[in-house]
Parts: sequence; C-alpha cells; structure tokens
Amino acid sequence: MSKIDWAAFPDVRGHFGPYGGRFVSETLMGALDELQAVYEQYLGDPDFMAELDHDLQQFVGRPSPLYHAERLSRELGGAQIYLKREDLNHTGAHKVNNTIGQALLAKRLGKTRIIAETGAGQHGVATATVAARLGLECVIYMGEEDTRRQTPNVYRMRLLGAEVVAVKSGTRTLKDALNEAMRDWVTNVDDTFYIIGTVAGPHPYPAMVRDFQAVIGREAREQHLKMTGRLPDALVACVGGGSNAIGLFHPFLADESVQMIGVEAGGEGVATGRHSAPLCAGQPGVLHGNRTYLMEDENGQIIGTHSVSAGLDYPGVGPEHAWLKDLGRARYVSVTDDEALAGFHRLTRTEGIIPALETSHAVAHVLELAPQMRPDQSIVMNLSGRGDKDLNTVAEREGITL
Amino acid sequence: MSRIEQRFAELREQNRAALIPYVTAGDPEPAATVPLMHALVAAGADLIELGVPFSDPMADGPVIQKACERALRFGTGLRDVLAMVAEFRKTDSQTPVVLMGYLNPVERMGYEAFVSSARVAGLDGLLTVDLPPEESEDVVGLLESAGIDPIFLVAPTTSEARVEHVARAARGFVYYVSLKGVTGSQSLDTSALAARLEGLRQHTGLPLGVGFGIRDARTAAQVAAVADAVVVGSAIVRLAEDHDGDADGFARAAAAVVREMRDAMDSARSTGVAASV
Repeated sequence: MSKIDWAAFPDVRGHFGPYGGRFVSETLMGALDELQAVYEQYLGDPDFMAELDHDLQQFVGRPSPLYHAERLSRELGGAQIYLKREDLNHTGAHKVNNTIGQALLAKRLGKTRIIAETGAGQHGVATATVAARLGLECVIYMGEEDTRRQTPNVYRMRLLGAEVVAVKSGTRTLKDALNEAMRDWVTNVDDTFYIIGTVAGPHPYPAMVRDFQAVIGREAREQHLKMTGRLPDALVACVGGGSNAIGLFHPFLADESVQMIGVEAGGEGVATGRHSAPLCAGQPGVLHGNRTYLMEDENGQIIGTHSVSAGLDYPGVGPEHAWLKDLGRARYVSVTDDEALAGFHRLTRTEGIIPALETSHAVAHVLELAPQMRPDQSIVMNLSGRGDKDLNTVAEREGITL
Repeated sequence: MSRIEQRFAELREQNRAALIPYVTAGDPEPAATVPLMHALVAAGADLIELGVPFSDPMADGPVIQKACERALRFGTGLRDVLAMVAEFRKTDSQTPVVLMGYLNPVERMGYEAFVSSARVAGLDGLLTVDLPPEESEDVVGLLESAGIDPIFLVAPTTSEARVEHVARAARGFVYYVSLKGVTGSQSLDTSALAARLEGLRQHTGLPLGVGFGIRDARTAAQVAAVADAVVVGSAIVRLAEDHDGDADGFARAAAAVVREMRDAMDSARSTGVAASV
C-alpha cells in the first residue's frame, strides 16, 4: 500500500480504482467538462486560493480548534480524545468549507443561480448562506420527510433568501432531493451552478469537494503535531456521503501509522435491513453519477434507507471511501440510532458540547474504541456539526414536547 | 444487417421517418405490456422503446417517474422486462425493440448475464441514459459481439468534439435529445432542430432519431420532415395515468395517438412539408 501515490487519484477520468467516474446523461457532460477545467485552473491559482483562505478565516472562522476532551478521555480511561471543532464554523458544520469554495467557482464561471440538495439541512444552510453573501439566486431541494425532521434549518434557509423545494417523489429523503436537483440542473444548465454537498456525484465533484474539505485534516494534522509532538493513532468520523470523513482522512493517507475509521448509520441495526450503511452492508453499483457501494435490491433498484439522522440517510457513499474500504486503508463500522443517541448525551453532559446526530455516530464509536487503547495514544474525531438542529428530533424520541 | 439497420433501410426506401413509441415495461401492470407493444405496432410503430423501471429515474420528468413507480409496485425487474421482449418476439420477428433505462439494473444483473439473456430474448438495442461513451467500453464490446446495438444520446449541449466521439461509439441510430431538460418537459423548438441535425450528419451516417418534448401529431410531423426517427414517450405514458389502471383503455388510447402521429408524419413527408419547417 505504501506504493500508492494518493495525490494521483482520482485519475483523469475521475476513477478511484473501479469507483467514481462520470455516469450522467449527455446533456450534463459539457457542464462537467467546464467545471473540471475551471476547478483545475483555479486550484493552482494564487489569487483564487488567497480569496478562499481569506473567506475561510474571516467568514467561516478558521482554523477551527483541535480540542482535547480531557474529561471524556479520563472517564473512558483509554486513548486521549481530540475533537476537531467543525461545529464552531459559521453555520455550525463542516459543510461551509465546501460551499465557500464552490460558490467562488460559480462566480468565476459567471453563473447567476445556485442549486443544491440537502438532507439534514446543513449543506442547504451553508449554500443559502454563501448565495446570500454573493447575491446569487438559490434553490434548495430537500426531501419532504427531511423538511419535517429539520424544520429549524428549513426556516434558516428561507430567512437567507433561498427557495426550499420539498421533494415528494420516491422515499422523500436525500436521494430524491439529489434526483430533483439533477433534473433542475439538466434543465437550467446554462445559468445554474450545482453545489453538491458531499464527495459523491459525477467527476469532478468527489475530488473537488474533498479538496475543499481537506482543510480539516491539514489543520488537524498540524495542530496535533504541535500539541503532542506526534501523529494521532486513529481518526474517526461519521460517513453519510462522506465529506467530513474524507476531509479529515485525506491529508493523513500517506501516514501509515494512522488508522482511519468511518462510522456509518446502522439505523435499527444492520441485521434488520433498516439502516444506511452501504459500505458495511451494500455492494457496488451506479447511482447519482458515480460507481460506488449502494443499498439496492436483487433487481438493482435502490432501497429505502433509515437513520435517525437525516444527514446520513442516504443509500450511497463517496467513491473514494469505496476504494479506501477495498484497499483496507480505512475501515468502516456502523452505529445504531440508539447508540448514536447515547453518544449525543454522553458528549453533551461530559464536555458541554451538543453534537449533531450525524456526528453522534462518530462519538458512539469513540466511546467504544478509546477504552481499547492506551492513555499515551490518541484519537482525532471530527466533530462535524453542532446539534441545535436536532433538538426537536431528540426531544420527540424521548417523549418530550418542546 | 441488424434488425434496426434493416428497418431504417426499408423506411428510407419508402421515404418515411420511423415512429418510435416509448412505454415503461410493467405499467400499468406487467401482463399489459406485451399486448400493448403489439397494439403499438399495429397502429404504425416502427420500433418499440421499452423502458426498464428504475427507482431513481434522474433524467425523467414526473410522467415517467410515476410510470416507474407503478411498474415497481409489481416489482418489474430487468429479467421480467427481458421475458416480455422474448414473449413479444414469439409473434413479431420484425419490429426492433430497444431497452431504455439506467445503468444500475444492468450492472446488478452483470453485463455478461444481461447480454446473453438479451440475445436469447431477441433484443436489438440498449440505451442507458446515465452511461456516456467514456464509461461504456466494457458493455459495448459485449453488446456488439451479441449483435445488440448500443444507442447513445447527443444533446443540445454536446460539443462538436464530443459528437465525433459519441458517433464513433454509437450503432443503430443516434438519439438526439431535442431540449435541455428531463423527459416530457416543454415543447421543442423545431426551427433550430433542422440546422442542428444537419450539423450532426457531418459526423455520422447513422439515422438520427429525435426525442424529448414531442407532444402531438403536429410536432411529430414537423420533426419527421427533418429527422429519421421520432421518439414519443411522455405523451403516450401520460395516457396510462389518465386511464388509472385500465390497461385496455390505455392501450386503445396509446394506439390512437400513434396512429394519428403516423398519419401526420407520413403526409408531412409525402407532401414535402419539410420546406416549411
């Protein structure tokens, strides 16, 4: 594995081994070529990068702290736990790192209209935020079921001036929002920029979103070295589409001593079939522009997923994760709804940080992993988002009316 | 000569454009599909495009999305669709059948298993809307060895350089998507179409079919004046929705629309309406 030049992937056609690629209708091929060209051009452009860095500092609030969760570490009696505080970013999650970058590209391309899909609403809010700041028209597609679960975020997007379209087709969740955003894009491709929120979709999105999110891992690596003089032993992050996880993992790929663990949503338990864990229990197929692990039936139809967290409720996953899984460079586990809820409460009461339900899946795995490690070892967990948006869901599950 | 080539050669001799109706297999119920295909042929269809239901039809508008949902209520899968093609072939050995759908059901079945079953069933072409030529090398090789034509799309946004590339990979006919959008969107602009098709003919000798946005006999006739084939989907599938589960009523209404389009297309060609488009 040491022979892999991680920077060389994806290849020119967007492949990570057998995964990734560009599986879209012909109408979008030209727009994707255009996007790839502009992204490659500006990624090496000092003026663009300076503008991006400025926005990340002044608007997002980067760098985000790497916080040593001493009380939780002590209680668990194992590895030292460090939390990369993406929840402290403007808009409350890692999503904005990417929307800032893509919006700057949209501006360079002269596009006047932004569209996006959203599950939990974090990516929708982050997109509506940058669209408001740049004065661009903004339409957010969100599954009807998710608009119900995430009402505070729907209102936030509307306050920011976005039109929120509740998608009523299919399972009325994130995958259907993505279908509808694709349909909008194919219709309005001349003036519209589609800001995909995760490391999935047709090339160049998985690579581009990864590159915008890799700031998480670059900062964490440097911060951890500075604080402890060494690299962490393990990285843990939740995986829906997988953007916060790849953002943390990618800058560490060549550091062979660093273990990487992605945590999928096990829902009611992988054995029940009611989950959102394609890497743990799916198989390779083609959906939403890329080849990757999917949850599908024997006829290749995509099957309904389940998770308490809207942001992880997706039947696919970014193609780079599919590849890292096959290579064994990262491993993927699942955590049930109940375990995630327990993680949510534990972090809140022990460290005074309310995590998003998505992030709570990573917390739950850390609770299991840390005691198996020594106190001179360390774990960096991506605290990808804050939990304010989930208070209704948590209260409802626990029979509390707010 | 493949069945598709044969059919286009005959039509060219008769100075007629092909009429290609699309129906979603299994809509409104699986037992209705083969009789419907025969009814469309009797009404004047030259080829049949049979839709493979998919849970996430990203390139389709609401009419075909709902058709997929109706078909999937019966669990209509790719193997069932191939069985329908085989059944159709028992009594019609002439009319080419092209499957239209998305790649994942084919991936799940496995390219080799799909191609060998498709050949036995008597399938003539495969159009997977989310499979551009760049990603299609493996499946195209297998299809060709089985005598099944890979059909590819060209869009209004396709650059000259890409047209060249698509044309090289395509067999049977080239499907020109006449508008930016999903199936069944708005009405198409026939005036820009003639010039675009003329441009495409510089790159390929294959017949040019036009689809997306052909809603009525008048538009079908205008397109037939400049294209080699007219593909009609949502305008027919919409009738299944109107007939709400009444398969016979749907088949009669679909046949009536096909007959009306057939007549309008043939008289456009014979009276030279081409000049007025």
